[in-house]
Amino acid sequence: MRNTGILPTEQDAARERHPAAAGQAPEPDSQAQRAALRVENLSAWYGRKLAVADVSLDIAANSVTALIGPSGCGKSTLIRTFNRMHEFAPHARVEGRVLLEGVNVYDPGIDPARVRQRIGMVFQKPNPFPTLSIAENVAAGLRFLGVRSRAEIGDRVETALKLAALWDEVRNDLKKPGIALSGGQQQRLCIARAIAVEPEIILMDEPCSALDPVATLKIEDLMRGLAERYTIVIVTHNMQQAARVSDATAFMLMGEDGAGHLIEYRPTQELFTRPQDRRTEDYITGRFG
Amino acid sequence: MAVTTLGRSGHRLRLMNRLKPGDWLFTALVSAAAMVVLVVIGGLFYELTSGAWPSIREFGPSFAWDTTWSPSQGVFGAGSFIVGTAITSVFALVFATAIAVFVALFLVEIAPRAVARPVSYLVELLAAIPSVVYGLWGVFVLGAFIRDQLGPAITRAFGWAPFLDGTPLPTGLLNACLILTVMILPTVMAVSRDVIAAVPRSQREGVLALGATRWEMIRLAVLPYARSGIMGAAILGLARAVGETLAVTLVIGNRVGIPDSIFDPAYTMASVIANQFTEVESDLHRAALIEVALVLLVMTVLINVVARLLVWRVTKGQRAVVLE
Amino acid sequence: MTGSLFERSETLYRRRRAANRLMTGVMVLAVVVALVPLFFILFYLVTKGIGGLTLDLLTQDPNRPGRPGGGVRNAIAGSAIMVGLATAIGTPIAIGCGVFLAEYGQNRLGTVIRFLVDVMAGIPSITVGLFVYGLVVLPQKGFTAFAGALALAIILIPIVARITEEMVLLVPRSLREAAYALGAPRWRTVLRVVLPTATPGIVTGVILALSRIAGEAAPLLFTSLGNQFFSTDVFQAMDALPLRIFVYAVGPYDYWHEQAWAMSLLLVGAILVVSLIVRALFGTRVTVRQ
Ligand SMILES: Nc1ncnc2c1ncn2[C@@H]1O[C@H](COP(=O)(O)OP(=O)(O)OP(=O)(O)O)[C@@H](O)[C@H]1O
Ligand SMILES: [Mg+2]
Repeated sequence: MRNTGILPTEQDAARERHPAAAGQAPEPDSQAQRAALRVENLSAWYGRKLAVADVSLDIAANSVTALIGPSGCGKSTLIRTFNRMHEFAPHARVEGRVLLEGVNVYDPGIDPARVRQRIGMVFQKPNPFPTLSIAENVAAGLRFLGVRSRAEIGDRVETALKLAALWDEVRNDLKKPGIALSGGQQQRLCIARAIAVEPEIILMDEPCSALDPVATLKIEDLMRGLAERYTIVIVTHNMQQAARVSDATAFMLMGEDGAGHLIEYRPTQELFTRPQDRRTEDYITGRFG
Repeated sequence: MAVTTLGRSGHRLRLMNRLKPGDWLFTALVSAAAMVVLVVIGGLFYELTSGAWPSIREFGPSFAWDTTWSPSQGVFGAGSFIVGTAITSVFALVFATAIAVFVALFLVEIAPRAVARPVSYLVELLAAIPSVVYGLWGVFVLGAFIRDQLGPAITRAFGWAPFLDGTPLPTGLLNACLILTVMILPTVMAVSRDVIAAVPRSQREGVLALGATRWEMIRLAVLPYARSGIMGAAILGLARAVGETLAVTLVIGNRVGIPDSIFDPAYTMASVIANQFTEVESDLHRAALIEVALVLLVMTVLINVVARLLVWRVTKGQRAVVLE
Repeated sequence: MTGSLFERSETLYRRRRAANRLMTGVMVLAVVVALVPLFFILFYLVTKGIGGLTLDLLTQDPNRPGRPGGGVRNAIAGSAIMVGLATAIGTPIAIGCGVFLAEYGQNRLGTVIRFLVDVMAGIPSITVGLFVYGLVVLPQKGFTAFAGALALAIILIPIVARITEEMVLLVPRSLREAAYALGAPRWRTVLRVVLPTATPGIVTGVILALSRIAGEAAPLLFTSLGNQFFSTDVFQAMDALPLRIFVYAVGPYDYWHEQAWAMSLLLVGAILVVSLIVRALFGTRVTVRQ
């Protein structure tokens, strides 16, 4: 076996993928689309505090999935369990399964570093590395992947920056420090940095909340384009944004128990026009609370 | 102004009466207390400069590099003490920093809190042990270890190299170097730990999200960010090593001259003062010793200023109290 | 592009994982290396010191040199007197200075003073001893416990001042504003509301500073000098535990060495017990202002 307790590669997964795999987890779309990520009965804790309770959902490949819900309902926590970033918080704990092409990323023997290479993340506040230049920022992850040749690094940096719609703005300033860019540019730099390591899934936790409307629109456009090659999961507070960019939307709400529950998960169009749950309707019509 | 005060003058007067004496006195008292610091530092420099004056006049700047120190001939130069201080404290700086940074990384990045707390406390305990106790331990325990085990091992392995040959004496440079390393370790560790803990979480997460291992995260996100603060921590440790007196006096062997080997007895600036000041042979001898103290003072103050600036720059608002 | 980056990186990944393990191992090793000296110091302190820790050591004065027996009552009393006196001299000044920094220190003068306090904390104690020698001992023409206490106070001031500042700044603004709202003047607010609230932290700082100066010998060498006789006169030379350890450590007699170990055990034991009590009472570290 080529696989040494790490995650399987796409070919393995393709072989293993069979129709029965689309089990009981709620699905956004009736026509079965390949699930890039399958979440099963996932609960997450901070110490004793249950933050996400028993969430199950399938995330369709090559699409944009949005997580919406009021503040504190556990959206960030949930998304951070997907690439095992949750365990970075003190006393954090997870139960349940997150299947990346059939393999539970929480299985013992799986290295979170390897998971995160395939499931990238963009954060709420742009966090370029302050001591590195723009080009070095984008190339930062490549060194983990053994990309050594200067030419290849250059190519990959250029490709990533183009995909992140930043190339034209920075092509002449690649040596400048990454923090010298504007907030919106920094966020696109972070997206380029995430893209450069060729992940399959990109998680974005409120990527636009620190940006102005123009920069926000740019990133929204970018997400639609990226969805052709990547699977994107985005947390947002902004329902218009979810409606604009996402294919499917999951609505979360804090239950009586203080933990976040998944209330409704459907194609975006349907969720916003014909919500099935009263609570979803209250939320999207602003009658919440 | 007259208009506004007119109608309410009675009220205002009362207010002033009530505020003035108490607040004035209070402000004056605490300001005076703060000024004590100025006075002490100023007084220190003045007192040492005036005490050292005869020596400064006699030997001029060459005092700093001249290695002759002869009370009987009345010729004094601090060169060999400065060398002794430099060797011991730089050795301690290098080794203590290397160990301390890894310990700090372990405490912040690896250890669960239940482990980090006690380990941190234990390492900091090293700082609670008085200098003279280190000296006692250095003379009777570490000295024997150097003479019987460490020294012979070093000469066997590296005896061909200059400065690592010679007879391993129990007290000498090496003993002082090792003792100083242990003594400044807690300072460097505690400050590095605070500096490393101050690296923003977002930086760590940014690297982790690219698929970095923990060590790669440390190298890419933590160390570059904390570098100047760690340098500050190291230099703070250096300042302590330079000024450390009793432990060194007990273990360094106390001999004037430039050492040829790591096992040779030597003097540091602080230890020559401690050793000779109460038995001076002449007024010039006393002045020369005070000048050594002045050089020591200037050096440590400069080192401290640099270190504090570096540490402040990194940790800014969230600086923990550095207890020394 | 041939094959995904992820596949290409397989062999490299094993190396990276190994490097990660190796460096984690180095960190653990560093912890061990850092703790080994502590272990050996405490071990020898106990094994070599426990034998000499007798009632005589605490209650007798030193014999004539070379005659085994006797104790170090003079040194214990001297340490207590000088540390006490140093605290009495230094603490009010230090607290005043800390209050100044916290209450009036948010300007350039405050920054300068704060910086100087930090610089003062880094001044070698031996030079402090020489300073007080020139300031007090020479004019008075004699070594005195008072001079020793003064030198110790100078070492104590910056430590306590900075902790006082931090502790006063930690007092919630609301508390202060409540007092002002009642019309209390500033000095009364500080004395009646702010300082009492900050007291536990300040006490911690004072105790930590105490255990620091109790172990100092360098500033006493040229100020209180040491005295092999029992004395409580602060205008005479006076002994102190660290001084006596120093003298006995370099001395020729075996019983001196034994007593030096016993005194060290006593001193370190006292310091550790005090620091443990402080930790238990007031929390782990005096820390952090955000
Ligand atoms: N590090 C932490 N330690 C303890 N509790 C936490 C931590 N982070 C989040 N929580 C708690 O977990 C719950 C979910 O938080 P989370 O950040 O996931 O919410 P969110 O939906 O992302 O909110 P927002 O929209 O405001 O970002 C909240 O009640 C929060 O208080
Ligand atoms: Mg959030």
